[in-house]
Amino acid sequence: MSVGADSKSLKNLLQGQSQLSASPLDRVNQLRTNAVNQVNILNLPTKHDEDWRFTDISPLTKISFQPVREASPLKNSDVEHFYLTEAVTRLVFIDGIYAPHLSTQIAEPFKKSGVVVSSLAAASSENLAAIESHLGYHTELQDNIFAALNTSFLHEGALIIVPRNISVETPIHLLFIATQKEVSSHPRCLLIAEPNSRVTVIEDYVTLREETYITNTVAEFALADSAHVDHVRIQRDSKEAFHIANCSVSLAQKSNYQSVSIAFGARISRYNLNVLLKGEGAECTADGLALISNRQLADTHACIDHIKPHCTSHQLHKCIIDDAAHAVFNGKIIVRPDAQLTNSTQSNRNLLLTSKARIDTKPQLEIFADDVKCAHGATIGQLDNEEIFYLKSRGLSEVTARDLLTYAFGAEVIERIPVASLKLRLEQVVHKQTQRD
Amino acid sequence: MIYQDSKTLLKIRGLCATVNNSEILKGIDLTIKSGEIHAIMGTNGSGKSTLAKVLAGHTSYEITGGTVDFEGKNLFDLAPEERARAGIFLGFQYPIEIPGVANNQFLRLAFNTAQVQQNKDELDPLEFDDLVREKMKLLEMNPDFLDRSVNENFSGGEKKRNEILQMSLLDPKIAILDETDSGLDIDALRIVSNGVNQLANKDNATILVTHYQRMLNYIVPDYVHVMDSGRIVKTGGKELALDLEKHGYDWVNIEKTAAVGA
Ligand SMILES: Nc1ncnc2c1ncn2[C@@H]1O[C@H](COP(=O)(O)OP(=O)(O)OP(=O)(O)O)[C@@H](O)[C@H]1O
Ligand SMILES: [Mg+2]
Repeated sequence: MSVGADSKSLKNLLQGQSQLSASPLDRVNQLRTNAVNQVNILNLPTKHDEDWRFTDISPLTKISFQPVREASPLKNSDVEHFYLTEAVTRLVFIDGIYAPHLSTQIAEPFKKSGVVVSSLAAASSENLAAIESHLGYHTELQDNIFAALNTSFLHEGALIIVPRNISVETPIHLLFIATQKEVSSHPRCLLIAEPNSRVTVIEDYVTLREETYITNTVAEFALADSAHVDHVRIQRDSKEAFHIANCSVSLAQKSNYQSVSIAFGARISRYNLNVLLKGEGAECTADGLALISNRQLADTHACIDHIKPHCTSHQLHKCIIDDAAHAVFNGKIIVRPDAQLTNSTQSNRNLLLTSKARIDTKPQLEIFADDVKCAHGATIGQLDNEEIFYLKSRGLSEVTARDLLTYAFGAEVIERIPVASLKLRLEQVVHKQTQRD
Repeated sequence: MIYQDSKTLLKIRGLCATVNNSEILKGIDLTIKSGEIHAIMGTNGSGKSTLAKVLAGHTSYEITGGTVDFEGKNLFDLAPEERARAGIFLGFQYPIEIPGVANNQFLRLAFNTAQVQQNKDELDPLEFDDLVREKMKLLEMNPDFLDRSVNENFSGGEKKRNEILQMSLLDPKIAILDETDSGLDIDALRIVSNGVNQLANKDNATILVTHYQRMLNYIVPDYVHVMDSGRIVKTGGKELALDLEKHGYDWVNIEKTAAVGA
């Protein structure tokens, strides 16, 4: 064990932190100080850590990443191909820095009714109380060096607040654009959905260059009673990049969190999703698709924690693994003693397209209540022969049949995205990636 | 219908096939000529679906004996997709569900593959949409089925209609319909049967695998074959199906024993 290498790489990742100017928000400054301490205590995880057994992030230590001081001067025309027609409200971040000139405001009627979609740094005084009571509370830094690192750099980030009984009809697009090599960015999202509110949020990580960089995100979603949030997360970072993400969701009574998370990009990606079903009758769906090739590694660790009775959770996580790529899925479902009448399903299905492709999957059920319905399973395989035969019996060639089925395997998850234009675009990506020639 | 100047489409001689080393087909002889409609009946497990799938080229079955000649070619030289393109169509007893593959996309791919095979122009999505909707109207199918995944969560009867829709798009030379009638309600049976009848002409042939007379009331067979334990044990005209319905399969076996005894 080389402690030297560890501390060196950490110093690397903290570079520039001390130059951050103090935030006008006390809460932010306090979180930062705390987080820097954590980063200094913690080590970068290695494959000896149970949670990182299959994911070797040591390549991260070989590169010196710098935070970006100034956003690249991008114009709308440079990035508008990433925009989504349905999403009239958009926050754009370039290498982690908020770009107001590319962003669009929430429509006036919503603004009037108190909906906030802005940079965290631009939050107005009316929202301080909400921020004070949520920011940083949903993310555990104790054992999570990446979340701590993100919090050390806490500065701008996306803030969404949807007040009580308000339903925002059009999706909100949080667009994070990478443009430079060997930089680090620490995007942050905070979503506060007040009682009986409704909103769709698209968290979208894209790149303009196939370079090596690190995106290290933290998202916190707080759903109050009967709030409904659709969360679409698209990770299409550079195939040379590192993407580490922590998303924590807290669900109050009868609230509903529907999420689809797609990973196409990054050389190494890790997505930690933590969902706390804290109120009776809360519902959560957490679907995912990793479509990877070459030497990519995509790791998803999900933990769905049933604390109160009568909650449901459904998770379908799929991986299509080509070439020598490697996918990891760890799906933990906890049902606490109090959480009677829990209904939970989890399914991890993996399609290995070559003999070198690899999946490590580990569903984990920890059930401490007796009156519960939990179904979980993992499958690893090639395409289904009966399906191939059916298609061939209609004249489709072997190659066409296989491509179509591979595509379909991924499309099942894509189809669950509630934003038509995004769905279409992602279908095209999957289509392209699943064509053999 | 039986025509004077018909062509032999399919000639099956002594066909034997095994699955997982157990012999299912034990010497099938069957000749199908253009214009004809054949019904194959027989007890559960007698090998009807096996025969159908062997003809379509399913790879789970090993051919252990016999020959199948399709329009002068050795059928076994053709891969399943080549058989389909050459005009063999299997309407599955249990059509498989393919989540994620849109029905309209699948139908268009299949249709255009057949078009290319026949040196005809492929249809673009809009042109195809018009065509498929027309075909669906004939089968009284709701166009909503186009946007759904292939057969996914279709009811039993809806799956069967979707099979006939595919048949009508592909216009095969030999259609093997494996229990297409099972799962159809009374109206659907009539509609689907009409669809099959409209497609039947003097150049193609239809093989209906069925357990019941009711479909044969609409699609009148020229020949009825009875399968038992991997063999065709009796062949007759359309009245054979009525006799079977009246007397059951034991009657065939008694007849058979009597014939052997004579
Ligand atoms: N893959 C297989 N493995 C083992 N046995 C099989 C397999 N496929 C078919 N069989 C057996 O072959 C026999 C014939 O099956 P087949 O499906 O052809 O019957 P069938 O005449 O179509 O029956 P039904 O009227 O019930 O549809 C059955 O006994 C069946 O169990
Ligand atoms: Mg059968």
